[in-house]
Amino acid sequence: MSLFQTIATVIVIVGLALTAFAALIRIVRGPTILDRMVASDVLLTTLMLAIGSHMALRGNTENIPIMVAIAATAVLATIVVARYVRRRATTQVEPSEVSPRGSETGHV
Amino acid sequence: MYETVLDALSLVCLIAAAGFSVAAGVGLLRFPDVLSRLHAATKPQIFGLLLVIAAIALHDRSWMTLLALLPVFVFQALTAPIAAHMVGRAAYRTGQLDDESLVIDELAPAVERSERIH
Repeated sequence: MSLFQTIATVIVIVGLALTAFAALIRIVRGPTILDRMVASDVLLTTLMLAIGSHMALRGNTENIPIMVAIAATAVLATIVVARYVRRRATTQVEPSEVSPRGSETGHV
Repeated sequence: MYETVLDALSLVCLIAAAGFSVAAGVGLLRFPDVLSRLHAATKPQIFGLLLVIAAIALHDRSWMTLLALLPVFVFQALTAPIAAHMVGRAAYRTGQLDDESLVIDELAPAVERSERIH
């Protein structure tokens, strides 16, 4: 049992670290702001999974309020960024000036 | 014996959650556009969190802990679809998707009809 627990701990740590690293790479490289927002959501989810895994592996329950707070407020940033992207796209269409970031190029 | 089985189940749940998380990370790196990355990214938000919550409950084995963990899942299950919907809608409306990869686009006629009415 103890050996299995050690192996499981290593697997969980490596897996969550790989996910956080992949999300960081996508945040840096992502061509559009929506890609970065999705990656940032994944990073926050990974943080929540890490807090929960730590509680399950250590056998305490004192970090549950942190998980509640993250789960309840993670949506706000995504909604704000999505609305910002749409508003900027609609205000850019109406003036007749030529914009380098039109909706044809797809890089908003 | 009984407790050993529950502890082992808890560890299996944690390993499965880590696997889902890795799948989301790989999808985030390798998929081509926003909508497919969103598809990969929303898997651990619900199912991975459910597995971690199950692991904590199986390890702790008390009703109070389960009652405290319930709001985590309820909040996440309420807010994750909203976030995914907003991102997908913004991506569609600003044209940031691969038109060739779509099999069928059922939203375009609806948007056209709504713009004709207004």
